[in-house]
Amino acid sequence: MHPLALNFDFLFSNFSQLTVTGLALGAVYAMVALGYTMVYGVLQLINFAHSEVFMYGTFATLWTVYFMGGTARTSGFALARMLTVAMVIAMIVSALVALLLERVAYRPLLKRNSPQLMALISAIGASFVLSETMGLRDNITRWLGLNDNFSRYVSGARDTRGLPMDIQTHQLFPIGNYHVTNIDLIVICCALLMMLLLDQFVRRSRLGRGIRAVAQDPESAALMGVNSTRVVQLTFLLGGLMAGAAATLYMLRIGATRFDAGFILGVKAFTAAVMGGIGNLRGALVGGLVLGVAENWGSALVGTQWKDVVAFVLLVVILLFRPTGILGESLGKARV
Amino acid sequence: MSRLGLPTMTLPPQLRGRPAKAVGVAVLVLFLYALPLLDLPIVTTPDSDFGGVLYTMATYVLVALGLNIVIGYAGLLDLGYVGFYAIGAYVTAVLGVQHGHWPYLLTIPVAVAVTMLSGVILGAPTLRVRGDYLAIVTLGFGEIIRLSAKNSDWLGGARGIQNVPKPPSVHLFDVPHLKWENGTVLVDVTNKTQAFVFGFVDYVPYYWMALTVVFIVLIADMLIKSSRVGRAWEATREDEDVAEVMGVPTFRYKLLAFAMGAFVGGLSGSISAAGANFIYPDSYQITVSVIFVAAVVIGGQGNRWGVMLGAALVVYLPERFRGLEEYRILMFGIALMLLATFRPQGLLPPRVTRRAKALERDLEDLETGEEPQEVTS
Repeated sequence: MHPLALNFDFLFSNFSQLTVTGLALGAVYAMVALGYTMVYGVLQLINFAHSEVFMYGTFATLWTVYFMGGTARTSGFALARMLTVAMVIAMIVSALVALLLERVAYRPLLKRNSPQLMALISAIGASFVLSETMGLRDNITRWLGLNDNFSRYVSGARDTRGLPMDIQTHQLFPIGNYHVTNIDLIVICCALLMMLLLDQFVRRSRLGRGIRAVAQDPESAALMGVNSTRVVQLTFLLGGLMAGAAATLYMLRIGATRFDAGFILGVKAFTAAVMGGIGNLRGALVGGLVLGVAENWGSALVGTQWKDVVAFVLLVVILLFRPTGILGESLGKARV
Repeated sequence: MSRLGLPTMTLPPQLRGRPAKAVGVAVLVLFLYALPLLDLPIVTTPDSDFGGVLYTMATYVLVALGLNIVIGYAGLLDLGYVGFYAIGAYVTAVLGVQHGHWPYLLTIPVAVAVTMLSGVILGAPTLRVRGDYLAIVTLGFGEIIRLSAKNSDWLGGARGIQNVPKPPSVHLFDVPHLKWENGTVLVDVTNKTQAFVFGFVDYVPYYWMALTVVFIVLIADMLIKSSRVGRAWEATREDEDVAEVMGVPTFRYKLLAFAMGAFVGGLSGSISAAGANFIYPDSYQITVSVIFVAAVVIGGQGNRWGVMLGAALVVYLPERFRGLEEYRILMFGIALMLLATFRPQGLLPPRVTRRAKALERDLEDLETGEEPQEVTS
């Protein structure tokens, strides 16, 4: 097929399916985008290693399912329970990784007043370290003499590892000619709920006010008694929690992960954050959903191999017309 | 004419009227040309062909010089520089073998022209958005270039393009390599480099070609940096609004920096394609861009010697310690983090940074009421 032959028939005949699955994918993008957008809002820093925070979440999900004895036959209520526990564990693990990242890769630099670009380099370094540690986990456990105990968890460290079961989908209700499945619904609702909670937390709680204050003016915030180190930690913690939840939802949909799975998703999530207006929580949601849906429509039109090209071209077009993103930058600007 | 036999005008200002320094530079240049033949112990890479490693280092040094214009001088974060590198390589390959039979040397001007044009096309709309967004937009550009090459059969698809043309070979003379055995140096007559034969095994002539281009670009870089354009870039980087008020058309200068960076990137890509024999899209991934940026920033953005050192190290260290193959990226990551923490200005910070630091120290002393120290530099 010629690359520019637009396949409108395919787009229109599968319109509702493409839209619903695009929304589900976009919801995952949006949740990871929150981590980028919050850190950017507070520190003006591209947290390049956030993709690895997400990747650790996917492995936490996978290993929890292994640990709880998930097999190919696990289904129904047992599976739901397993995945709920997995989501909690993944959120904790991702949050811990994010906090570690802040402690090791950023705080020493902030203390020394390093140039912005050096913080990016530190983040890139941390990203390599985190993903390679996961990719070399079999070597590391062998070196520690633990390989026998953990072989199920660490074997095939550089391969794609999947959940042991195929998650059965149930068709719930039709939209157009597509039957929305339970997984679509769970992913979208779960993501929306988490984002609603985060949004309310940042807007209404005392800690959230601290975040907004630091984002708006770090010096004045410090003079008013806001502990900016705590605020930065809290930002990373919240970003990590969201990435962990996103990781479980991703595993629910995709079912498999790899040590470098975070990278491309991270790039997409960051694109979504910029598209929606970086530093803006609702912008991340809008950006993520728009990106997910646009990718699906675009790849239906011009072929799936052009999916990523569609995403980046859309980003450039949006930035041309709205240079600060769809909703504008605004974590700092309090809307009471 | 100077004693190097070059017209005085081509000498960088630092060397004019300083014969001792000029001789020192000449010796260093000769040493760099002779490096692959010397086969020095410890320095040379045991597990991969040293000539090939040096050739790659030279192309990366070239990339770093180009990216330094964009990041170091103009202060624009470009995460998609590999896109220009890829365009340069692809133009050479497409004209030379895929859709034509151009000789290699003729493809270079077209390659750099196309790359420069693509730099302007990318820069014109995106340089108007805020600086921080440029990172993601350029990253997207790099990916678009790679995916376009991968998905279009006209450009060879995922398999890439084989038999990229090579520079014309002129067999003038043979140069023997040296051999080191237990502290004695022997001339190894069995291992000779045929001077200026661009073949498949010996990469030393490619290295010489790349090194020559590095020197040309370096001299151009010195001239530009110390000109009006260089000062305009510096002003734009330090404070765009002030620069604009002072009458510097900042957008035009940023675009110029972007185009010049693209020019050098394309040149480097074209040179790297000559020795590569075949090129394929997946060798131009985002990670390559990231490594380019890392080379510039760890070397000391804004200092041409620093970025050259950074680029050389980024290629050399992983090749030197190939025994640790599996752990290379892990080590690289740790090195980046340590460096960011302990040398936040880069290995060789630019003089401006050093001056600014001395000034800052002075101000601090004034504030604390102590006697200001003499500024040494």
